[in-house]
Amino acid sequence: MEFGFVFSQTDSGPMYQQIMDQIKQRIAVGDWPPNTPLPSIRELATGTRVSIITVKRAYLELEREGVIVTQQGKGSWVSDTVDLKTVQRKELLHHLRQAGKLAGTLGIADDELLRLIDQNRE
Amino acid sequence: MHLPMAIECRGISKSYPHFQLRDVDLSFEQGTVMGLVGPNGAGKSTILRIVMGLLGPESGSVKVLGYSMPDEQIAAKRNIGFVAEDMRLYESETIAFHMDFIKSIFDTWDDDYASLLLRRFDLNKNQKVKGLSHGQRVKATLLLALARRPSLLVFDEPTTGLDPAVRREVLDEMMNALEDETRSILFSSHNTLDVEQISDYITFVHGGRVLDSRNKEEFIDGWRRLRLTNANGAALPKLLNIKGVQQSGRLWAVIVNDYDDDVPAQFSGAGLEVNAVERLTLEEIFLANVNFAKANAQPELAS
Repeated sequence: MEFGFVFSQTDSGPMYQQIMDQIKQRIAVGDWPPNTPLPSIRELATGTRVSIITVKRAYLELEREGVIVTQQGKGSWVSDTVDLKTVQRKELLHHLRQAGKLAGTLGIADDELLRLIDQNRE
Repeated sequence: MHLPMAIECRGISKSYPHFQLRDVDLSFEQGTVMGLVGPNGAGKSTILRIVMGLLGPESGSVKVLGYSMPDEQIAAKRNIGFVAEDMRLYESETIAFHMDFIKSIFDTWDDDYASLLLRRFDLNKNQKVKGLSHGQRVKATLLLALARRPSLLVFDEPTTGLDPAVRREVLDEMMNALEDETRSILFSSHNTLDVEQISDYITFVHGGRVLDSRNKEEFIDGWRRLRLTNANGAALPKLLNIKGVQQSGRLWAVIVNDYDDDVPAQFSGAGLEVNAVERLTLEEIFLANVNFAKANAQPELAS
């Protein structure tokens, strides 16, 4: 089975994150509306030529984020309460927390960090 | 349903005049892919030959699909498809001759799948082996192994010497074989991209020993490179997991294994400014492992 997932080898993101991103994009553009059944882990892995363990990790992370629901023996589907804005907001907060931590290691003061964020907004 | 492990090797050793395989553990469950990586002469092919029952280990135990090797190799081999680099086909015979030959030995031969593979691999079954290119020979031997639909595929360097398009076809068929969740693959490769892409588990072999063997996500996740500025000539923190250091003036790059989120703070605490923390590809991990092993080689291994 083909799923039309396109992965980048020059993208710095690890493969499980690329899979998560591609699934989120399909949900965001409406191709995979709420309650859509997801391919099984094995189907997606063999269809995209990515190892099973990597797809499993992507599904686990998506479930943790509340994007998909998985039930033992029944498979996974797009959560019917999925609110992509909330998910993306959580992701943003996660990145900000990481940035804050790194700024702390680098000895960057709070006001400078704010200035840097401001400068780097597109 | 409880399936036996695809492969279960415990403490296998084998000595040669100039090479020793020592205390190798290797196991993974059915339905998954194990990639064997390591430099030339690390012992990958020897391990595969022991797994296949072609060599008997001096100590340790080998079980393949629940069968003890080499004692129960006849029963085990019905279910194993083995392809090695040095496998020979009859030069003056056609691909079809070889297909009929294998079919006459293995009752699991799948004619439809064989025809499909001929098309997918773009092979003409009436062509004689002596007229085949390297890539076509590799594809022909893979076809002979795959069309038997064995539960376990053991491939020694299946993608070596193939162009990117053929390599892709071979990887595609390896993954297709996994659609059945009881099928398993053990393969060795120098091509770290192949291993990184399709393996569920990675075993890193060096100097006849297993340096690391675990699930690929953990394996890759454990490694990081820290880019540091060492303005005041500070000493590196004494961490056991530092696997490589490169420096150019005040700019240092340090590779660490068993990474966790506290590692950067240990460097900044020691007076080194952390500029970036980067993930590594399997290729970079490969090189770091080999360089570290070389730099820390025990005298007994130096011979």
